[in-house]
Amino acid sequence: MTVRVQTEDFDVGFEINQFRKARNDIGAIVSFVGLVRDLNDGDAVSQLTLEHYPGMTEKSLAAIISQAKARWNIIEALIIHRVGTLQPSDQIVLVLVSSAHRGDAFAVCEFMMDYLKTEAPFWKKEATPQGEHWVEAKSADDVARERWNMKK
Amino acid sequence: MKIKLFYFARLKEALKYSTEDLELPDESMTVLKLKAYLAKRGDVWGQMLMGKLKVRAAINHELVDDNAAIADGDEVAFFPPVTGG
Repeated sequence: MTVRVQTEDFDVGFEINQFRKARNDIGAIVSFVGLVRDLNDGDAVSQLTLEHYPGMTEKSLAAIISQAKARWNIIEALIIHRVGTLQPSDQIVLVLVSSAHRGDAFAVCEFMMDYLKTEAPFWKKEATPQGEHWVEAKSADDVARERWNMKK
Repeated sequence: MKIKLFYFARLKEALKYSTEDLELPDESMTVLKLKAYLAKRGDVWGQMLMGKLKVRAAINHELVDDNAAIADGDEVAFFPPVTGG
């Protein structure tokens, strides 16, 4: 498993090929890429700044992968999350999961994003024409995470 | 006991602190007691830590609730609900 918190951009194709070339028993790779949008809750967003808690962030992301590995049959998992200042259409986060069959990879990709959004210590600040403000946490994200306690 | 404190995001900006070393009375300490202790520093501390805003806490990089016990040498952090991804 791999966790990276970085200011630099990432290359999804490169990361997928790293997974693919490493072994021959992979049947499925699922990826999720989160992007900066130029509109959020009705406000035009010109810039997004991501703050994090160094040390805890990496541990928290590694713990999310460990939980996924304990619950599903996956081969490899990777999370890259960017911090610092980003512009609309920039990539923020990559979650990549490989498995023998697609079911586990699809489930784990969604599980990891739902946990990341509610547990990993990142905070977004948006720059809009009205000034800068911290993004509020959404209760829909808590609901999305809680459903994993009920189903497998 | 001595602890290290970190504040993030909205709390860091409002309190004008990102980190501090704190010497506390040697008695049983929890997250809630620490919040109440810090809230006595003044209005903005009370508003940020004991007010309407949701505050989450971590001890030694683990998310914890208000009842969690704090020990000598711990790293404690206060921050708003997370918004990454």
